[in-house]
Amino acid sequence: MNTPTDTRRPLDAARWYDLFSRGARDWLRHDEKVRESVRKHLPQIVAGGDLITGGARTVRVPVKMLEHYHFRLRKAQESQGAGQGKVKPGDVFADPAQAGGPGEKGPGGREEGEVQLLLELKIDDIVDWLWEEMQLPNLKTRVGPSEESEWVREGWDRRGARSRLDRRRSFKELVKRRGAPGAIPTFTDEDLRYRQLARRRRPAVRAAVFFLLDVSGSMSDRDRKLAKTFFFWTVQGLRREYRSLETVFVAHTTEAWEFSEPEFFQVSGSGGTVASTGFAKVQEIIDDRYNPAACNIYLFYASDGDNSASDCTQAGEGLAAIAADACFAGYVEVSSGLSRQLDTETGRLFAQLAAAGAATGSYALNDFEDVWDAVRHFFSAESRAAEGA
Amino acid sequence: MSEAAWQDYVQRIEELASRSGLSFDPVEFEAVPDSFMMEIAVYGLPVRMPHWSFGLRYIYQLIQRHMGHSRLFEVVFPGNPGHAYLASGNGLAENVLVTAHVLGHADFSRNNLLFQRCQRQVSEHIVEHAANHARQIQQAIETHGLERVETVLDAALALEQHIDIDQELRRPRYPQYIEAVKTVADDRFRKRFAALEPAAAAAGAETRKRAPVPPHPERDLLWFVAQYAPEMDSWERDIFLAVREESFYFYPVFATQIMNEGWASYWHARLLREAAFIPQQAYLDAVKCHSDVVRPVAADSQVALNLNPYHLGFAMWEKIVEEEGMDGALAIRAQDDDFGFIRNHLTRELAEELELFRYRARDGQIRVLEPDLNALHEAILAPKYNFGAPTVVAQHLRADGTLELAHDHSLDGRGLDLERSRRVLDYLQQVWRRPVLLTTVNQAGLVLELSAP
Repeated sequence: MNTPTDTRRPLDAARWYDLFSRGARDWLRHDEKVRESVRKHLPQIVAGGDLITGGARTVRVPVKMLEHYHFRLRKAQESQGAGQGKVKPGDVFADPAQAGGPGEKGPGGREEGEVQLLLELKIDDIVDWLWEEMQLPNLKTRVGPSEESEWVREGWDRRGARSRLDRRRSFKELVKRRGAPGAIPTFTDEDLRYRQLARRRRPAVRAAVFFLLDVSGSMSDRDRKLAKTFFFWTVQGLRREYRSLETVFVAHTTEAWEFSEPEFFQVSGSGGTVASTGFAKVQEIIDDRYNPAACNIYLFYASDGDNSASDCTQAGEGLAAIAADACFAGYVEVSSGLSRQLDTETGRLFAQLAAAGAATGSYALNDFEDVWDAVRHFFSAESRAAEGA
Repeated sequence: MSEAAWQDYVQRIEELASRSGLSFDPVEFEAVPDSFMMEIAVYGLPVRMPHWSFGLRYIYQLIQRHMGHSRLFEVVFPGNPGHAYLASGNGLAENVLVTAHVLGHADFSRNNLLFQRCQRQVSEHIVEHAANHARQIQQAIETHGLERVETVLDAALALEQHIDIDQELRRPRYPQYIEAVKTVADDRFRKRFAALEPAAAAAGAETRKRAPVPPHPERDLLWFVAQYAPEMDSWERDIFLAVREESFYFYPVFATQIMNEGWASYWHARLLREAAFIPQQAYLDAVKCHSDVVRPVAADSQVALNLNPYHLGFAMWEKIVEEEGMDGALAIRAQDDDFGFIRNHLTRELAEELELFRYRARDGQIRVLEPDLNALHEAILAPKYNFGAPTVVAQHLRADGTLELAHDHSLDGRGLDLERSRRVLDYLQQVWRRPVLLTTVNQAGLVLELSAP
């Protein structure tokens, strides 16, 4: 009876619990469930503006641990408990369950602290899920083959060109066949393995995306952040289709400048808005660096819609010129305070363009929750336009 | 640790314990790695059904251990033979202490009436039964898929505290018909009435009345669902019954925690004192370890807002043995559970000596209240009522299969947490497959009905 180790089992044998952790198994299942639920609520979660970290391929989403629910009483305003220590009736101190930071010296705590989980998600995965979830159409390109293929290594076969003989693999086959160690290995044709190639689809050709941002005095910080969030997810969507995607960032007030990505989201200008300067700058860059016949061009313009009235004609012409070259020109109106629903100078510009049959779309973006709708709107509009073309 | 030295001690400690009046079934000791100790503590049983909520507890436990909060020395499972797992990282002194401690538990679980009754129900082989449940559930996962099994486990484990310990583990279904009330034929009126119209009198006696389900508010929700859910597969019912059986096993552990841990602590202290064969150094180390375990307040603070059951139980048993002698103590350990133990034996003097106090928490403030012994008892016991769960009963089963649950807020003093209750109803509805309703009260004390779907 009183044996410290079970005599039925040899001492050196690995016990099952050395090889397997139930706790880890059930924890992984919890993790999986968290991912599932995150995935379900992805549009809401990723719409939050703070998620975007420049250039990173992952985002970190803080999530709560799941709770397995039980019947519990409502939290009482007032509760009683029993404690131990040197106190007098009438003594009052702060409740560590409510106030206590971890470093605070006070009576020992009553409840477990809440633990947050930082879930790291690949942006590519998110984008794939979202496209599935929202059933967004894949983009159609205007220039170049819609896809190209390349040969990649995939699997082995017993026949093949001499140059693709896989010696390591062949030797393994030999060992498997012979089994017995020490025997002199002799290859037969049976053992030889050749690398095989397979065709893989790759997204086609290159594209350039122009992000044009109005940074005039009337654009608030929040407006810019909305625009940034929108731009970010738009780029992710476009990356699905294009192997090489170049991004160009242009900001304008009454003048226009090209920026690098990090600078772009920092700039804030002052003064009025002359949209035509922005369009002119975009046009200039297109002429300079991109050949519309070999490159798919996209323009996304974010503004609060207030354009100088005298600029109307000029801006209209500038925009029409770009639209003629571009696959798509989108306008997102970020006016968080007032929701004017595109009834603005710039809104009308794009409406005219649409009436003229150009591939274009507009969306009034008022809140972070709408970012996803905006992305969906543009991608469906873009694919409709491409079908029509 | 020297294996041989310890084995030698085990035997001598056991002899000493028997001489001192403990009576216990043989215990099989096994030294296991810390990681496995932790899993046993999380799951409550060496092998238990898989569920993601255990993974959650496991992580909390892991975090706590990293923060140095808790250390597990032993876990013991009652039975004949009992199983005790010791952390293989324990030193000799710790293991000597733990062995004595385990014998205290073994004596308690063999002689305490509540333990005896529950053990009669679940048999002495709960460890094997639980492993069997785990295997069944694994098979169910293979047959029906993880999602479906998980849905059932979500519901069953959410109700794990809702059993009726006063009923049998294997209880029969309710009688189908109300017992016909025997017509008392011997009073004069009835005789005359029967003589006037024999047919009418006989008809009244013969119609049997179908009994309502449930015939009385039913606390044993796991059993009720397993028996009366209108559209459950038998493997799903089995899962509910498996969870229920494990709850029957956990109940006495829960309801005698203060007594049981106190008793084991009392005995490890006493056996160590009396064991002359233990070398001085090991004895000192063990005593230090003992004082860490039964320390009332965490090392870095002056005041604790919850009681250490080891300390409270230990202090109470010392007092009881001092005042009522060993025979009195043995009788109390057989007859009481924590409710009786605290109410009968936590005296005013002892409460003062231990500096126990009652407090009120409100708006982020703790206020120490005037001493009041009865109220102190209730404050200690409040979290232990009804297996620590609100009183929710099955009230009525409608003809269309709708289940009506009711929360007895008059017993609990306030209503349920609505958000959590809704989630539990959602779990339950997934397996009940008909509407499930629950009445409770809101903040203002007005009756409120929740429903799923």
